[in-house]
Amino acid sequence: MKELPEDKQLRFVKQEERPAMSPQLARRVAIVGTLSLALFAILFFRLWFLQVLSTDHYALAANGNFIRPVEVAAPRGQILDRNGTILASSQRAYAVMISPPSLPVPITDKNLAHPPRADAGLYNLLAHVVGLPTKRQPCHVNGHGVLHMSQIACAVVQEYVQLPYAEATVATDITRHQLFYLSERQASFPGVSVQQIYQRHYPMGDVAAQVLGIVSRITASEVKNPFYKTASQNDSVGQSGLEASYDRYLRGVDGADQVKVDALGNFVGTLKEKPPTPGNNLKLALDAKLEQVGQQSLQESIDSNYPSTGGAFVALNPDNGQVYAMGSLPTYNANLFTKPVPESVYKSEFGPNSNSGYPQVNRAYQSAGPTGSTFKPITATAALESGVWDTTRIFDDTGQFCISNECRHNAGHAVDGALDLESALKVSSDDFFYNLGALTNSPAPNGGPLQHWAHLYGIGRKTGVDLPDENAGNLPDAKWREGRNKLEAECDNATGPFKGKPKHPPGGCGIAFGDNRPWSIGDNENLAVGQGDVQVTPLQLAVAYAAIANGGTVVTPHLGLDVQSPDGFVQRTFNPAPQRHFNINPLYLETIRAGLRAAASQPGGTSADVFQNFPQQVYGKTGTAQYKGKQDYAWYACFVPSSATTKPIVVVVTVEQGGFGAVGAAPVARQILSQWFYGNKGTYVAGSSKTL
Amino acid sequence: MSATPIRVPDEAVAPRPRVLLRMDPLLLLAALGLAACSLITLKGATRTLNPGHPLYYVERQGIYFAIGLTLALILARLDYSRLREFKYGLYGVMIALNLVVLGMPKVQGAARWIPLPFFQLQPSEFGKVLLVVSVSAFAVDRSRRLHERRTTARIMLLALIPAMMVIPQPDLGTALVYIAAGFAILFFSGTSWKQLTALVVLFLFAMLFVLVIGPATGHHLLKPYQMQRLTGFLHPSHDPRNQTYNILQSLTAIGSGGKTGLGTAGATQVNLGYLPAPNTDFIFAVVGETYGFVGAAVVLSLYALMIWRSLRILTMAKNLYGTLIAGGVLAMLMFQVFINAGMTIGIMPITGVPLPLMSYGGSSVIVTFIAIGLLQSIYIQARMTAASKSRGLVS
Repeated sequence: MKELPEDKQLRFVKQEERPAMSPQLARRVAIVGTLSLALFAILFFRLWFLQVLSTDHYALAANGNFIRPVEVAAPRGQILDRNGTILASSQRAYAVMISPPSLPVPITDKNLAHPPRADAGLYNLLAHVVGLPTKRQPCHVNGHGVLHMSQIACAVVQEYVQLPYAEATVATDITRHQLFYLSERQASFPGVSVQQIYQRHYPMGDVAAQVLGIVSRITASEVKNPFYKTASQNDSVGQSGLEASYDRYLRGVDGADQVKVDALGNFVGTLKEKPPTPGNNLKLALDAKLEQVGQQSLQESIDSNYPSTGGAFVALNPDNGQVYAMGSLPTYNANLFTKPVPESVYKSEFGPNSNSGYPQVNRAYQSAGPTGSTFKPITATAALESGVWDTTRIFDDTGQFCISNECRHNAGHAVDGALDLESALKVSSDDFFYNLGALTNSPAPNGGPLQHWAHLYGIGRKTGVDLPDENAGNLPDAKWREGRNKLEAECDNATGPFKGKPKHPPGGCGIAFGDNRPWSIGDNENLAVGQGDVQVTPLQLAVAYAAIANGGTVVTPHLGLDVQSPDGFVQRTFNPAPQRHFNINPLYLETIRAGLRAAASQPGGTSADVFQNFPQQVYGKTGTAQYKGKQDYAWYACFVPSSATTKPIVVVVTVEQGGFGAVGAAPVARQILSQWFYGNKGTYVAGSSKTL
Repeated sequence: MSATPIRVPDEAVAPRPRVLLRMDPLLLLAALGLAACSLITLKGATRTLNPGHPLYYVERQGIYFAIGLTLALILARLDYSRLREFKYGLYGVMIALNLVVLGMPKVQGAARWIPLPFFQLQPSEFGKVLLVVSVSAFAVDRSRRLHERRTTARIMLLALIPAMMVIPQPDLGTALVYIAAGFAILFFSGTSWKQLTALVVLFLFAMLFVLVIGPATGHHLLKPYQMQRLTGFLHPSHDPRNQTYNILQSLTAIGSGGKTGLGTAGATQVNLGYLPAPNTDFIFAVVGETYGFVGAAVVLSLYALMIWRSLRILTMAKNLYGTLIAGGVLAMLMFQVFINAGMTIGIMPITGVPLPLMSYGGSSVIVTFIAIGLLQSIYIQARMTAASKSRGLVS
């Protein structure tokens, strides 16, 4: 018989001879065995659930732990003048940002009025580091009224109200020392980050500030606005001026890196890089030097014509509408808005109660008013083209013009004697043009020839300039008058759109006089000399004079010339087509031009003394707009046409409360022309004509 | 047929050493397998924990394994039954160690260690095995009066005294291990179901009082973080930045590991420090993230093997003492594995119980190896007894 192997023998023997386990122990061992089996089964099933069934969920959670998106700011494109002079550039800077959701106590609608202790402590600490005041000050928060909180808390809350998940910029342009301090102590500053940003810089400060506009953090409404559709929540976008209208070219595309961070939030490495695309550069038709001279000269006029405080000028090419200069005073330092502006500063500088005179308004195209006699060439065109007057017909200016017992006078009751159209323009006879106004009057809703031609010249309609929020001005006619009367009546009686508002005595709202007076011949007389209800922006007037200079083409004024990539390739050029062209009898045009030329050059011409010895063929017209209870507004419009020069130009100047056009406005125009043609502004020559 | 004549004299000359060398190979395999898993896992998880010394933890753990294994081999060769005589001494040493530790300087708010020149001794760990050996002896002494309520109460009290001593260290997890071991000893010694049930009910009442009624009436027996840990696993997403943050990070680590794991380089939860205590309490999560379901299953299988062998050794012990020691060790292992692994996968509360042989730590590693040495001793003694009996019968 074959012997069994030893261990098999052993086992056989063991099972036979081993003292039998008690049934009780056997049962309990079975219970524990089963329990162990069950517990291991639970562990296995739970592991299976986590690692096989839910792995996608946890993989996402793990990635969310350590992958942080980081926006890399793209530099905004430069704005250059026609000669390449930098008007706006982007400079690297470091900004301190606070992310409201990551604060020690995240901001909610409930606690925003009173920052929780932990947050307030953080704000104070941060304020000490970056050198901001910790004192509580009024803080206007949309939907929550005026709260009292520190400057940092205010900035955070204001951003939170706008865009709850966007980061609030509390300080820009911190020093390297502050940067290192904050970066090394990230753990002490939860929710605070220091980011490299690009800060706008305007080397010329207050020159053309309103034209260039400002850039700031996108607002809630702008996020939804399709105009800003490529912008993200943390972007800065142009808010006004060229920065706004050319925003989509200037604004770059922010890069988006993905970085790896450890559990303490320390940067470990970069996973993915999407470098930022810098914005394109915008080249303007503007001539920086001309702009500067215009502003200086206008300032000189304002300073020398008390109580003037503001004014504007426009210089453009009459043939293609390129704007060479556009300025508005008072102005402000454009670099002020490249940093967060505390509310108190904003209020004192720009608020309605400040004495600053609305420096953010670009008076050159956003402020409209009566133009005085500079309107007369338009009246002349209407009278000649409609046949109510002709080029040789004589009018005897006796110093007053009466119609149905209502008499009007020239300024200073001047008596100009027998005048044809040309000399009437030269001496700026009001009586002559009152007469034309009377002759062209029409009670038709849309007025008569005067309204028709003024409309063609662009009065009361937008020029289409490449700047935002253009003022269209106003061209009064019978329909307009009726509308104003109706609105005044509704306001007085608190009906229509004024329902629920307080009532007023007739005329108490100041919309019309409340007498329901219909359109009258007097209205048209006023319009004929550019007074009364007509409202024209300097830019509109410049475009109208450009049409006189070029023979009936209403150009589209524009500042942008082309857009260039950062490496200098032209991406797009801007050459907008004229708005329209109207035909005007060459003889009539010649007569009007002759009148303008005589006014600026011949003895007795309203601006002749300003332009004496000026070698260029200047065609110019003074204007003096009358305001109730204020000094007259000085206007001057002139051009040097392409028939006389290779550098044709139209210049319009207005000086608020600057007195007579020849005194307040014409000298500025002369200096602008001098700079344009000769590269120096020459002398400031104030005229003496006291015509309207 | 040529080999047979040689074998017979062999058997006659040296039967004892041959049998003595026969430890339970499966149990040894499970222990060595887990030790290997521990070293591999630690190598990946701790390479950045001690800057400039990537193998710091691996080397130390390796030394602990060597010490533990040596002790286990020595113990295996001894007859565990002789330990019964030293039951008072063993129990006294346990109590003394746990008393000494209360006077030790605190490390991160905990007085759990006795600093020795080469080693931080954690008495509560050694208490586990000391408790099993001594309480089993007491139980054996009273084996004839097991049905008495006094016996049950006394044995349970013997486990509760050290448990109460480790709670303030604070080490709630170890206290629960003590209680589990004491209960297991009672269970395998044959205490009646009635009394066992009464114990369970008592325990549940105690928990209810500590966790619910006490706090509700203003008596806080546990520190707030302990409360939070014990109950936090029930709703892990409630306060992700505080106590249950650990659970969420552990779940994230294990879940993102998927079927086969992310590898040492890809395990971001571990590498970037999101996973807490990757070398000790949450090492199972490291395994889960790095080696995936496959890795975790291997580790769990080794534990299953170890548990199975413990149970098997329990049944074959030559005497009641062996059965009870094996039962206590079994409970200690099972409790720790299930609580620790369960904690990392979010089905058990956070109690700071190490994963036997996996978690880094000299005391835990050495104690576990001592326990395995004891099991081996029980195994060898059982086989020797059986062999001598069979020889007696055959001859």
